[in-house]
Amino acid sequence: MDFSIILENIGIYFEGLRTTLILVSTSLLLGLMIAIPLAVLRTSKNYLIQAPIRAFVYFFRGTPLLVQMFIIYYGFGQFEAIKASFVWFFFKEAWFCALFAFTLNTAAYTTEIIRGSIEATPHGEVEAARAAGMSRLLMLRRIVLPSAFRRALPQYSNEIIFMLHGSSLASVITIVDITGAARIINSRFYSPYEAFLTAAAFYMTLTFITVFLLKKLEGRWFAHLRPQTTSNAPKKV
Amino acid sequence: MFDLHGYGPSILEGTLLTLEVSLLSLAIAMMLGILGALAKLSPSKPLQLFAQTYTTIIRGIPDLVLMLLVFFGGQVFINQVALAVGYEDYVDINPFMAGVSTIGFIFGAYMTETFRGAILAVPRGQIEAAYAYGMTRVQMFIRILLPQMVRHAIPGFGNNWLVMVKTTALVSIIGLDDMVRKAALAAGATRMPFTFYVVVAINYLIITSISVTALKWLEDRYSLGVIKA
Repeated sequence: MDFSIILENIGIYFEGLRTTLILVSTSLLLGLMIAIPLAVLRTSKNYLIQAPIRAFVYFFRGTPLLVQMFIIYYGFGQFEAIKASFVWFFFKEAWFCALFAFTLNTAAYTTEIIRGSIEATPHGEVEAARAAGMSRLLMLRRIVLPSAFRRALPQYSNEIIFMLHGSSLASVITIVDITGAARIINSRFYSPYEAFLTAAAFYMTLTFITVFLLKKLEGRWFAHLRPQTTSNAPKKV
Repeated sequence: MFDLHGYGPSILEGTLLTLEVSLLSLAIAMMLGILGALAKLSPSKPLQLFAQTYTTIIRGIPDLVLMLLVFFGGQVFINQVALAVGYEDYVDINPFMAGVSTIGFIFGAYMTETFRGAILAVPRGQIEAAYAYGMTRVQMFIRILLPQMVRHAIPGFGNNWLVMVKTTALVSIIGLDDMVRKAALAAGATRMPFTFYVVVAINYLIITSISVTALKWLEDRYSLGVIKA
């Protein structure tokens, strides 16, 4: 193995790193912004509101991200109407298509995560909010959502990691993210070990940093649940 | 509903390949999962460390990167070995083997976590009682641990299976003729990418929906003796 190839071309990897970070953070942020209202609406008892959200979540969780990306990137071009309209300006760009697919994908998963934690709200909290005379919206904002976010955090951490790994698919539609950089190096120098092991190292570092930060956040958000320890308390066996 | 221009059978063939890849990978993943879980729970420190390293590394790297590493890297590796033993011709790595083994290897790590949790969920007393009856370790595992851990393993197992079926779409990237690649070929010939990719998406939805129903049945079946609250 000869890692000097990598050292000479490390610039491509760092550009790829930038693309990966921008893609992942933008899609996560937009996805979360879509997911919160959808999750709240999904708990509605009105079937007409619930059904379309269910269908959206069902489709995006039941099909591979790769296929979703292909439908958007290659598929939309099949329709003259789309090609003629202004949205083609965006959908002809691979970059936008990847972002679009990632955003909807993470939105679907996140909707399901937040819905689960909204439905797990202890009834007493809702009762107390009502007794204090809060309106539905105020209750949602002050009581239900903050407590739901807290419960959703461990699962959402997983979703963030999944999105980070899923973003490597962007390289399939010509985007030079970390994986894309590795593929360029591999095809230019025919050095698969060096190229892909370097990409793997980049992703691992990113994953561990993310996990570490999320663990810290969990520690803060769950501080009130930590068992209280005193110096002379008997140790649990 | 969809006019497939005669590409229907080709997509169906791809669907069968997708299922084949999924089931074979599942078999590998389950084997690695059981071994990994037993290693993690064994008293031997080196075994624990080995299993821990395995799961940590796998969860830190995207599936696609691993698959490309195995496919392209394996290619170089095999040819270097072939040359070293005096074989002059060029050896091609089989994308089917590369795909199945990578996916199996990746999901073995996730199965390890699932099975570890399931084993821990079986009450210690059951295992102690088995040993008290004079069962060997293997007997204890087959007669006591395995039947009882299945119930706890099914939800996690089902999740892994569903994610895995969707991950098999990646094998199309290394040139295996699964349904995604078949759709890509058909789309190229007919200039109808949307139609073909949507058909593939529907196929995935059918597979996942059937799986969910089957898993629900399985879970109910293994929970017969459990009173639900």
